[in-house]
Order: sequence, then structure tokens, then C-alpha cells
Amino acid sequence: MAKISVKVDGVAYSDDVEPRTLLVHYLRETLGKVGTVVGCDTSNCGACTVHLDGRSVKSCNVLAVQADGHEVTTIEGLADGDTLHPVQQAFHECHALQCGYCTPGMIMQATSFLADNPTPTEDEVRVGMEGNLCRCTGYHNIVKAVMAAAGEGGGAK
Amino acid sequence: MIPASFDYVAPTTLDEALAALAEHGDDAKVLGGGQSLLPVLRMRLNAPELVVDLGRIEELRGIRDNGDAIVIGAMTTYADLLADASVGEHLSLLHKAVAEVADEQIRHRGTVGGAVVHADPAGDVGPAVLALDAQMVIVGPSGRRTVAAADFFTGLFETAVGEGEVLVEIRLPKHTGWGAHYEKFVRVSHQWSIVAVAATVKSDGGTFTEAKVALANMGSTPLRAKATEAALMGQPATDDAVRAAAASAADGTNPPSDLNGDADYRRHLATVLTRRAVLAAARS
Repeated sequence: MAKISVKVDGVAYSDDVEPRTLLVHYLRETLGKVGTVVGCDTSNCGACTVHLDGRSVKSCNVLAVQADGHEVTTIEGLADGDTLHPVQQAFHECHALQCGYCTPGMIMQATSFLADNPTPTEDEVRVGMEGNLCRCTGYHNIVKAVMAAAGEGGGAK
Repeated sequence: MIPASFDYVAPTTLDEALAALAEHGDDAKVLGGGQSLLPVLRMRLNAPELVVDLGRIEELRGIRDNGDAIVIGAMTTYADLLADASVGEHLSLLHKAVAEVADEQIRHRGTVGGAVVHADPAGDVGPAVLALDAQMVIVGPSGRRTVAAADFFTGLFETAVGEGEVLVEIRLPKHTGWGAHYEKFVRVSHQWSIVAVAATVKSDGGTFTEAKVALANMGSTPLRAKATEAALMGQPATDDAVRAAAASAADGTNPPSDLNGDADYRRHLATVLTRRAVLAAARS
């Protein structure tokens, strides 16, 4: 077992983990943060996307031990109390989901992308979101939501 | 999918990492950014006893300008490389190839050194460092040595980095003012290349004076398209001249056949993509 100290959604945690524990399993099973989901388990689909020190990563492709001493933000830490993050609000208003399974990863990637590129073109959004798959193929409204969030200051965090 | 159990160390110095590797031999595996190794461990294609994480060794990170060359620490992430102005200015080809690696999440974690040591023949970094005549700096128990990129890729997923050794940095001679283009052919976004071509050229009065072209996924390692390079020299940067030179792009290659295409299809792709890459490089 290895000892790790990680700040997740603003709260400091200290836990013993097996070195082989994936970050996504640590978040879900040790911390109970089941808002972050496992989609493909092959690092393709992006459903498990979280922020590690403010940058999007696929949490099925990071070991929990690699996050030791670092800061993680999940979909559960994005809203400010009852006030949704502008990207969450835009996904809601643009109905940017069908089954909803890819949504946490889509929103976490969109917030990371908009932080780097606050005023993207639609093409840039599609390229920036290429690591996230929607198996309902509902991309049209997802792109619309990211563009709307950009207009609403979605890049600010 | 969960990896098999392993022990884990995260040294903060290169010497500690080398000591751990020396102690455990081929039972140890080096972890860079993990974007290739973690899928391998999850699918249990490899089950090392010890994982040596280089992620906490500061000396392996970062990019510096040493005059004639840009030196890239092996643990520099793709995202940090893309954000570095000197790479865009002096190594346009590498910048363009790295921008095509996987997706943004992977580029936040994956490292340039990890990519070349993993040595997937369809990888994007390999052809760029090969075309740019990089020097790979390797450190091991018997000291430090430098291997030319041309001698670095020794086989499928194999490189000159031996047991107990670590790639520490990549030295790339500046190609300031060279045109560059990376032409990657995929069917869906963030797929591995079916074939890709890295081209960087210099011309004088519309005539090629220098040309370097490398291919991804046309054999078990990245390959230089030597016949095309030679054929371009002294030629005008026109569609017809580049088309003629690109016709020999697949000479001497041994591409794989798989579900994405058979070897003949890849040979054809190599000529088409080389023409596109060289023309785009000349016009960039």
C-alpha cells in the first residue's frame, strides 16, 4: 500500500491505496465521488475526465499514486453551491445530453478547453472535444452548449 | 480493467531511478506520463513487479535553447511542448506533429520521451524526431551516451534504450525558417495513424535546397523516405515535381496489413500523403 494525500473538490484527503489503483476508482470507490464515471476503460471515451491541477485528464489513465500531492476537481466540485457552473448551465439549457453518460466528462473537458481558449470557433470546439465520445452521437447540442458557455464566460473559473 | 499488482517508487532524482532499475532489472518498468503504459498494464499485456515513476524528477522536465539546438527533457508533456514558443519557431515540424497526438486530455499527461521510448510505429513523435535528425541522450549504469534518432528505433516497440537505462533528453538541431507539415491519415478523430508523413523543407527561389521526410506506420519503426528526399533536391516546388518525387516515398518500406488497410494500400497512401505533406511544407 502507498500513502497518498490529494485535494479533491477542495477537500484534503489522506488514504492508503494499492499502487495499481486507478484515479477514477479511487474517486468513486474510496471517496464515493460517483459523479465521475467509467465509460470505455481504454482511455478512449473521455467519460472519466477530471481536472488534475486544473488541466483535463482521463482519470482511468492516471494512477491514484500519481495524483499524490496534487489537486483534483471532479464534476461534483464544479458548481458553486446551488449555482451551476456556466458550462453546466449551458448543457442544461441547450439540452446537450441524451442518455447523459458522457456528460460529466464532456463538461470537465469543456471547462478545461475553455480555460485555454475562451473564445473558440465551432471547429476549435470540435477538435478540443475530440477526446470525448457520445455514443448517442448527440454532438450537435454539445458543441452548441460549449459555444453558448463561451459566450457566457464559460472559460472563467 | 485493473492492472496486476505491482510495487511503486517515485524517486525525485535520476540517480535514485537508475538505482531502482539496476536493482530490479527487467522486472521493472519505467512510467513516464503513463498514457501508453497504463493501457498496457490495464489490459495486462505487461505485469512488471516494480513501476518506477519518473514524474517527480524535475531535472527531466522542461525545454531549453542551447544555441544550435533545442533540448527537450524526456518528461516534458506534449501540452508544455506546444506552449513553448521556441519549439514553434525552431522546430515547426515537431510542433505540428505533437499537436496531432491523440486528444487534449492525453496531451496534458503524455510525455515526449515516453512516446519515443514506447516506440509505437504509428506514433506521431517518432517520425518528427527522425526527420529533424535528433540526438537522443540516454543515461544508464555505465554513464551517458548519445544515439542518433536514425539508430534509436531498433524494432517494433524497441529502441536503443537498454535495460537499466533511461532516456533523459532529446536534442534537436534548430530548423529555423524551414517549412514544415505533418500529414496524418485517420478514419476517425484521435485514432492512431493509418499512415502519416512528416516533412520539413527549405527552398531558395522556389527550388528545394533541403528536404527531410519521415513516415509513420510504414514498417516496424518510423522510416525516412530517402528516395523522395534525394529526388526533391534541386527540383521546383511545383505540384508535378513533388508528385514525381513522392512516387518513391514507399521505396524500401515494409508496411503492415491490418483492418485499416493492406500493405499495398499503405504504400499508395504514403505516396499521396508525402506529396501533400511536402507541398504544404513548401507553402507554409
